[in-house]
Amino acid sequence: MSTYTKLMRTDAAKGLTLVSPTFLYALLLLAAPLAAIVLLSFWTQQFLTIQRDFTLANYTEALTDPLYRELMLRSLRISGLVTLVTVTLAFPVAYYISFHVRPERKSLWLFLITIPFWTSYLIRVFLWRVILAYDGPINSGLTLVPVIAIITLILAAIALSALVFWAVGQLSLRALLAACALTALAALIWLVAPEGGLLRGPVIAEPLGWLLYNANSVVITLAHAFAPFAILPIFVTLEKIDRALLEAARDLGESYAMTFLRVTLPLAMPGVLAAVLIVFIPTVGDYVTPRLVGGSGGTMIATMIYAQIFDLNDRPMGATLAVLAMLLVAAVLLWGISRARFWLWLADRMGGGAKGAGIAAALAVAEIALIRAAFLHGPAMMGPATASIALVLAASVVSVAILLRLPKGRWGI
Amino acid sequence: MRVNALAVFTVLYLLVLYAPIVLLPMFAFNAGTVIAFPLQGFTLEWFAALLNTPALHEATLNSLIIAILTAVFSTILGLFAARAATRYGFPGKAGIVGFIMLPLVLPEVIVAISLLIVLMQLGLTSGTWSIIAGHTLICTPFAIAILQGSFSNMDKSLEEAAIDLGETPWSTFRLITLPLVSPGIIASLLICFTISLDEFIIAFFLSGNEPTLPVYLWGQLRFPARLPVVMALGTILVLLSVALLIVAETFRRRGLKRVGLKDTGGFL
Amino acid sequence: MSQTSTRTPIVTLTGVQKYYGDYHALRGITANIGQGEFFSLLGPSGCGKTTLLRAIAGFEDISEGQILLDGKDMEGVAPNRRPTNMVFQSYAIFPHMSVAENVGFGLRKSSMSVAEKRAVVGQALEMVGLGKFGARAAHALSGGQRQRVALARALILKPKVLLLDEPLSALDKKMREVMQVELIKLQREVGITFILVTHDQEEALVMSDRIAVMFEGEIAQLDDPETLYRRPKSRRVAEFIGMMNFLPARVLGEAGGRVGVEVQGLGPAELEAAQCPSGATPGAAEIGVRPESLTLLYDGQTAEGGREASGTVREVVYYGDMTYYDILLDGTPAPVRVSMRNMPGRRVLEFGARARLAWDPRAMVLFG
Ligand SMILES: Nc1ncnc2c1ncn2[C@@H]1O[C@H](COP(=O)(O)OP(=O)(O)OP(=O)(O)O)[C@@H](O)[C@H]1O
Ligand SMILES: [Mg+2]
Repeated sequence: MSTYTKLMRTDAAKGLTLVSPTFLYALLLLAAPLAAIVLLSFWTQQFLTIQRDFTLANYTEALTDPLYRELMLRSLRISGLVTLVTVTLAFPVAYYISFHVRPERKSLWLFLITIPFWTSYLIRVFLWRVILAYDGPINSGLTLVPVIAIITLILAAIALSALVFWAVGQLSLRALLAACALTALAALIWLVAPEGGLLRGPVIAEPLGWLLYNANSVVITLAHAFAPFAILPIFVTLEKIDRALLEAARDLGESYAMTFLRVTLPLAMPGVLAAVLIVFIPTVGDYVTPRLVGGSGGTMIATMIYAQIFDLNDRPMGATLAVLAMLLVAAVLLWGISRARFWLWLADRMGGGAKGAGIAAALAVAEIALIRAAFLHGPAMMGPATASIALVLAASVVSVAILLRLPKGRWGI
Repeated sequence: MRVNALAVFTVLYLLVLYAPIVLLPMFAFNAGTVIAFPLQGFTLEWFAALLNTPALHEATLNSLIIAILTAVFSTILGLFAARAATRYGFPGKAGIVGFIMLPLVLPEVIVAISLLIVLMQLGLTSGTWSIIAGHTLICTPFAIAILQGSFSNMDKSLEEAAIDLGETPWSTFRLITLPLVSPGIIASLLICFTISLDEFIIAFFLSGNEPTLPVYLWGQLRFPARLPVVMALGTILVLLSVALLIVAETFRRRGLKRVGLKDTGGFL
Repeated sequence: MSQTSTRTPIVTLTGVQKYYGDYHALRGITANIGQGEFFSLLGPSGCGKTTLLRAIAGFEDISEGQILLDGKDMEGVAPNRRPTNMVFQSYAIFPHMSVAENVGFGLRKSSMSVAEKRAVVGQALEMVGLGKFGARAAHALSGGQRQRVALARALILKPKVLLLDEPLSALDKKMREVMQVELIKLQREVGITFILVTHDQEEALVMSDRIAVMFEGEIAQLDDPETLYRRPKSRRVAEFIGMMNFLPARVLGEAGGRVGVEVQGLGPAELEAAQCPSGATPGAAEIGVRPESLTLLYDGQTAEGGREASGTVREVVYYGDMTYYDILLDGTPAPVRVSMRNMPGRRVLEFGARARLAWDPRAMVLFG
């Protein structure tokens, strides 16, 4: 056998050969285009032609113009809020399915959760516009339906789900009867409540205007749109936790809650982190939701990128904004992950418990205050572009240093 | 078993998840021309209108072509990568596989504008082919995730046993590997098809003057008079995707059963 | 039948080396395996047994050296073209095929008619006692049945060599013992060379004609089971196979082919050259003696030639048929283990009792 054939028979050679078509495809259609927009971002648009001289003019403009600054910060803020809401709400659901649902039922539950998300994204977002509209179901419900009717309906819904739970053997008959009795009571009150009284009046007199066409509606809609992306990774990590670990913790004298805090939560952290990444990154660049439900207060960076390229025909500026968006996302994530690791490490070093948590929390608050101050006052002292670049750069260097120096802790971050 | 706060929370969560979908058929069959409450009465008018909208038919056809080709290409690329990732160790594996999976977390708008800019700078016209290329890029990670599951469920020594019994690597692939991962392949095809069919941003940036179904829908959303028809279309799409999804899930389960494994969870 | 087999060699390994990157997994394996032999590779986890087996099967390329199968160099010969078949540790039963399809898998390209194939598959299933299971789905089998299917499948092509990688390790103890006996019978019946990988020394001793004991990619000793047990070549082999006591000793000198040693706690002894596998240089050494070669003396019994020692019982482990004692001999730092078959008239000594024991120099091995 020649050296060549021998080489080709190694695992490394086989693996590389096999992966190469896909890898080349990704290089050609992802790496090259990404490199192209980075390159383009250093050029400038002069009326109809593109000036091919290397310049930072686009970046200076993007970082100094308050409009761009505001858009980028708002995108980060909205995405951060969406991530917080989505992951916080998703965790209990994933936990319930993983720990309380019978194994053979689990895939059915997951299936139920994923179904709404295989339906047209555009239409789903649009339906939120309908739901949250001035004359949408929420506002019509609150302005037209009497308080007592709403209470009755909610109780009826609870009684109905209680019936379902009772039917599948997860609820005692007594609880079911209690739910039904409460519903009947509410209905009775509805019947006898005096006309024109508080109970017969609507919940609100005027429709809520703040539901639609602002940052709130964007957050609600995106949180809904990304729900399964948060549930699935958390569910997968929870599933991997050996149940004997939890029994061991209980056996060693920990309460249910402390077992959750000391064993389940740390072990579930990698899934939570994956959920955060999977929700945060794509939402920063979302285009459809801000356009459909955002109004002017909910505009995000993707809208501006689109406008630069298609409406203003300034492709270099569009490219610059895209590159900046990516860099900002990377910097924020780097900051978040490294600080989470550092604070958790610090809390442990300080002896854990309330004292450790307190010291870590104090430090966290201090650093956030510092960054805020730097953002507010830095531009005035150094000029906006330099200040922003210096700030982000410095923070990123510290983040990378922390990530490299500190090993992954027991929280899996 | 007892019901607890968690269960109640989960049920409420599900209700909210389904809230928008529930509205869809309400307005699709609603006689009123405005998408608002209260409802006006029952009609099939909007479904009928779907039948005589040629632009819609063209967009649908275009989307179907794109989705089918995307599904095929991504699944083939996914097969290569998933196989390499589950069977072999090679230098730079984490980096290479990580890079291929990158579109999973990259904002789609970034993928879309970088592709668009390259096409524009090269002086090429965007259109169906560029959409397929973009969709293949973002669907391949999903294909890999599904196929990796199928491949890693399969004991490596099954293939070695076949070779040991005199089969060539190719006939081993045909007789052992393919039958055992075929449910994964079908699931991957269906999932990629669905993703591509629904993808908006890339199609929106690259479609030129051949809109896909979502791009067509986007255009319609601007005309209040067209909204009930959009609702009717949406209802049909929901039913179709649910049907596709059920088929995909059935295949996935059959695959598990075939290799004698217990069902442990859903997709991805 | 010992170090070198008298049979015609069917597998010849010469200086076989294998590197995984920097890791040296096989460090020069040389051995002849004879036609119709039941050969075992025995060693602790990670010593390279599986690697060697897979190199013979062709699933691993070797870095250096030569593998001959039936006189032919196997370099560059793909696994599907080698006259070997394998029983995998996981059995690798194709889950999407029936039992019969699994067993008949290797016949796809043969020129036999369908009826002939069916007959051959039937015979093979009959041979492993699964005559009625042909139509069963493969994933609906028990561990023992899967094992039999794997065996039948690998034997149906009548390979020159059958390779078995820990085929019994997934079975429970009872089933394992049953299958050990069946495997021996089967091997006699078909007359095919079996190469068995195991880390269970008892299994190797029970089943094999010869055993290669491997440590860290090298063969430490290759012998028939009895030689291996009675005359281990190194302390490490002795420790790995069965139980052995090691007593400090002094080599006094050699005279007329016999080696004089002074064993601490026992006394002077004379050994034959065969009992000194690593030679006998005068000075400090160690004597190895198996627990069953030391015998407790009950009241009134005396040892032949006065070779007896006394001490205190420090541990009693009762097994039913046997009792193990740890006895601290007078004037020694560590106890020796003695095993006695329980028989009428032999009472079980108690902890702390005084005990006398007899020893036999012929049962000793000297380690330098
Ligand atoms: N593909 C590989 N790459 C790198 N190292 C390997 C590879 N395969 C095996 N090794 C190493 O080679 C050594 C020998 O492995 P081998 O599988 O032959 O051990 P073994 O004797 O069969 O052990 P066990 O009884 O545990 O099966 C081990 O240390 C293992 O880690
Ligand atoms: Mg092994």
